[in-house]
Amino acid sequence: MQQPEIIPHLFRTEFRKITAVLCKRFGMENVNIAEDIASETFLSALEIWPYKGLPENPTAWLYTVAKNKAKNMLARNEVFHRKITPFVQAETPEGQEPDIDLSPENIADSQLQMLFAICHPSIPAEAQIGLALRILCGFGIDEIATAFLSNKETINKRLYRAREKLRAEKVAIEFPPESEIAGRLQPVLTTMYLLFNEGYYSESSDEVLRNDLCLEAMRLTDMLIAYPPTNLPDVNALLALMCFHASRFKARRNNNGEMVLYHNQDESLWNQELISKGAWHLSKASTGDRLSKYHFEASIAYWHTIKEDTAEKWENILQLFNQLLMLEYSPIAALNRTCALSKVRGNETAIMEAEKLQLTNNQYYFTLLGELYKSIDPQKALENLQQALALAKTQADKQVIQTGINNLTRAKD
Amino acid sequence: MNEYALIMRHEDGSKIASPEQMQAWMKQTMDWIGTIAAQNKFVGGTGLPFDGASVVGHNGVVTNGPFGDIKETIGGFITVRVESLEEAIEFAKGCPVLQAEGNSVEVRRIAKNDGTH
Repeated sequence: MQQPEIIPHLFRTEFRKITAVLCKRFGMENVNIAEDIASETFLSALEIWPYKGLPENPTAWLYTVAKNKAKNMLARNEVFHRKITPFVQAETPEGQEPDIDLSPENIADSQLQMLFAICHPSIPAEAQIGLALRILCGFGIDEIATAFLSNKETINKRLYRAREKLRAEKVAIEFPPESEIAGRLQPVLTTMYLLFNEGYYSESSDEVLRNDLCLEAMRLTDMLIAYPPTNLPDVNALLALMCFHASRFKARRNNNGEMVLYHNQDESLWNQELISKGAWHLSKASTGDRLSKYHFEASIAYWHTIKEDTAEKWENILQLFNQLLMLEYSPIAALNRTCALSKVRGNETAIMEAEKLQLTNNQYYFTLLGELYKSIDPQKALENLQQALALAKTQADKQVIQTGINNLTRAKD
Repeated sequence: MNEYALIMRHEDGSKIASPEQMQAWMKQTMDWIGTIAAQNKFVGGTGLPFDGASVVGHNGVVTNGPFGDIKETIGGFITVRVESLEEAIEFAKGCPVLQAEGNSVEVRRIAKNDGTH
């Protein structure tokens, strides 16, 4: 039996379901109890399965054990008893055992409601991502620490503070009323966007983990789309954006784990299925009367799924960046716009515009200038790349810049 | 930081542009605004379509379309966030409406809402 593989897999998928249902049942003030019961359930599996063999239906086994543990907990724990029992009894007819509903419907509802609760405006964004990873994605503390390039203690503290905050704010685990959904959805989408970026741009060397972060963000966004009240244009635009980016997973790194820049990527490694899925959601996104930043970013990402450099492609990308920047400025969008400008109007125009940006503490500013100067003034290109290298923080970035410097010096000799 | 309005003035709003000209002009305007937005200095703005425009004169006389006695018309405006009037003027110089002779861009500081102007 391949128990070593099956348990981590089940852990991911079932831990989050059990936790969400128990959180929903016990309330936000008992999130840690829900997590403990879910953890103990898996501990039991680890203790029993190696000796007795894998049960016929491992998921059902886990649910039964989780239910029993929850009931035992309700009965035994003194503190818990006093705090929770009155609330639970209110919903449970006399003489019946409290039911823990692990039906697929209740699991899906509980997870979505938890998503809204965790992405409550009162919780700092960083903590939202951590909580989402722990409770909704079933990530272990070690994994979260690795993903954030942090350590267990820091993550534990951060999650503890976030749970305290949820408790203090008395955030209810429920669907927001229809009239509030649009507003409450925005922080949820921001968290999904950040969670995806965390994986996509993560410095962590663990490739499986990085991709998992992205896939989890996509799974949760998919859940929002499966729930009709949140199947809205900007949610579809966000999922389209994620699909287009994720389609390049395999092409972005070479066999040594080094970054491969877009124009050097082997497009036969791009995932066509994800590109089609993205295109489908982008078309779904074009139904409303409001364009979000996700719409512009998804459209830009769509044009990047066409490898061939055409005037039309770059003209469209440039106009989309113009609109994105009008809506919301970000240094990275400003730099990428300038890159698109160079494709449309040539490097000299782009250099003039790039130098106006004055993002002199941003390594990508110098990387861009280095690239733009390459064919015009190799010496200036070299100087810019050296400044970029001095600012670069991660090994992957340093490596890319160093390769550029090496190519330039070799060309000069 | 001050905010300035860059007001695009057309000498003759009745001139009809071809769809191709319109499209080229739209792109140029978007690129111009994109340049400003990429420096995080774009605040907002809008185009003001000529069709259906009306001018209300003294005594409540309404002229449909600003194309009667008043030839000059305003095509739109944007608001920028800049260090100085000179910087606002530099942005204005890049405005595509200036490609047509007779057009102009008026640069006006926006009053701060704190009584100091």
